[in-house]
Amino acid sequence: MSTTSLTDRLGSLLMAPVHLLMRIIDIPLRAVQKAAGIGGMAAVFLAPNMLIFGIFVLLPLVINFVYSMTGGTAFFISERNFVGAEQYQRLFTCTNYLDPMSCQEDAFWTAVGNTFWFVVLQVTLMIGVSLITALILNRDLAARSFWRAVFFFPVLLSPVVVGLIWKWILQRQGLLNFGLYQFGIEPYTWLTDRNWTFIATIGVSIWAHMGLYTLILLAGLQAIPKDLYEAAEMDGTKPERVFRRITLPLLAPNLLVVVVLALIKAVQIFDEVYVLTGGGPGTSTLYLTQYIYETGFASTLRNPGLAAAASILMGLVLVVLTLIQLGVGQRSEKKGKR
Amino acid sequence: MGVASRFILRRRGGKSWHWTDIVTWVWLVGGLIIMFGPAVWLAFSSFKTPAALAEFPPSILPYVTSQATVQGYDKPLQLFEAKMPDGSTKVLAEVRRIGLVAQMVDPKAPGEIVRVNIGDRTPVRSVAFATENYTTPFTQFDFLRYLWNSVFVTVTATLITLIVNSMAAFALSKYEFKGRSLAMLIILATLMVPLSVIMVPLYSIISSLGLFNNLWGVILPTVATPTGVFILRQYMLTIPDELIDAARMDKASEWQIYWRIVLPLTAPALAVLAIFSVVWRWNDFLWPLIVLSRRELYTLQVGLSIYSGELNVQWHFILAMTVVTMIPVVLVFIFLQRFITTGIAGTGLK
Repeated sequence: MSTTSLTDRLGSLLMAPVHLLMRIIDIPLRAVQKAAGIGGMAAVFLAPNMLIFGIFVLLPLVINFVYSMTGGTAFFISERNFVGAEQYQRLFTCTNYLDPMSCQEDAFWTAVGNTFWFVVLQVTLMIGVSLITALILNRDLAARSFWRAVFFFPVLLSPVVVGLIWKWILQRQGLLNFGLYQFGIEPYTWLTDRNWTFIATIGVSIWAHMGLYTLILLAGLQAIPKDLYEAAEMDGTKPERVFRRITLPLLAPNLLVVVVLALIKAVQIFDEVYVLTGGGPGTSTLYLTQYIYETGFASTLRNPGLAAAASILMGLVLVVLTLIQLGVGQRSEKKGKR
Repeated sequence: MGVASRFILRRRGGKSWHWTDIVTWVWLVGGLIIMFGPAVWLAFSSFKTPAALAEFPPSILPYVTSQATVQGYDKPLQLFEAKMPDGSTKVLAEVRRIGLVAQMVDPKAPGEIVRVNIGDRTPVRSVAFATENYTTPFTQFDFLRYLWNSVFVTVTATLITLIVNSMAAFALSKYEFKGRSLAMLIILATLMVPLSVIMVPLYSIISSLGLFNNLWGVILPTVATPTGVFILRQYMLTIPDELIDAARMDKASEWQIYWRIVLPLTAPALAVLAIFSVVWRWNDFLWPLIVLSRRELYTLQVGLSIYSGELNVQWHFILAMTVVTMIPVVLVFIFLQRFITTGIAGTGLK
């Protein structure tokens, strides 16, 4: 008796109830097929997915608009009163449009400002770091897939774990202070300093996500035909010129996709920041998603309508970014076909 | 060593070293330390006792101070290495401390009390792993419950995702019908609708379905992933239609064709989606945080964030449970990382 036949038998034993279940499902579906025809079965196969989509994605999307035009703290639509554009007005009521603190919803505008600067700095730095890493990984390396995996590791970690890892390192008796202590610098409480927490959220989110963008950029670099570089080498072209004239233009479509992807993700930043700083100290790392979450669920002055209005404004930004991405993707696809 | 370093440092064609090679190696080795270092540091810390965690500067390995039970004393006494007046060193146990002087005894001859200046003694320490950091949260707190909830959500959601998405992908790749491109467009459009945009109305739908404070309320909204339908459909398009036509000739029902022919042939794509789905669902945080408000329903991620947000953070437990939360993902990384990286590089989706 060989072991394979044993595992085979064990496998078929385990699969037996599944096969039985599938046969039972087949009986009513055969009847359906008789009534609806082969073409009609497409609807049957599509139904579960579309039903879940409809209930948990499309319906909320539609309700969101209704929500944003109602007031009160109740969650059921029937218990909410219609207030028109009041929630939007509330978000946009400011005495001085250049100063977020003068607005009625100053927390919203603080979150918008924080998110804006976070997105600008994080995306710029992350694309820079990812590009350098991808260029280095694209060199003639021994064990390239190992190094690629090294930079990809944090991408798989859960945001909560990422937040806790760095919260532990930035502690007063943490690893960072220990490192600085070796150079004679006194321990510092990084997570109670407004400026440092902001920088920490940027650094930590780059650490956590750069592997993904490195991967996409590396795939783009490897798709560039090698003979172009060989030709340039034969002509004795300088490396800087090779980079500017061959690498950058041919990588441009990938680079754009990566920039937009990173923008979409950065606008929604929440999980790791929530665990790392909780939005604080004060409101120094309060970003949009956390504002929506706290306005909708957590804060004592709960206002789901206001949260819905803010989420719709955020959704508009994301739609614009996604449309850019689709446009860019289509253009690069056409280029590839030509 | 020589062979190994020559292998690692080799250059194609035996070219000499260039400054870019140095930059490359500094970048890669620096990356290795920065990417793995924090997680490794956390894992080491998770084996330290609360006293060792509060220490600054911290030690890398978990140390505990040694203790010994000495005849004539009820409690175990802490051991110190003390410098004796004659210049020799001796291991002594501390009885009590008065100001700058410690009263100590020799554990072997407990009768005689020796007075030692506290500057002249260092604690005896040995490497020891505080495994109670791992056992206590499971036995005395709800973490076993959280672990079970996380496993339940991850496994159930992944199974449903595979079934529901593959059925939809089958319909969208192997049937011609009116509205097919519209259905595809709707599915792709939902890529644009992240949770943060619809969380308020989604919550109201979940509560009106009675799924608030219910693990199914966490599972159901996540299972119809557009990415999954997309990956599976692309793969099913490569399955030849002739196979399906032949099965129809043999009077196979459409469900049998899906179950017996298309699904087995889609196995590689299903495996990729399964890996993705496990990582996604295991790592989910914001939605479970909204839906689950009863402690016994928390997933690991929610439980960790709640406990770490408390005023008096019990870091020794938090660190250990963070390591537990990391384990499945680290296993995926070690064994299945290849599939994920090629999957992402191929489709640009995550």
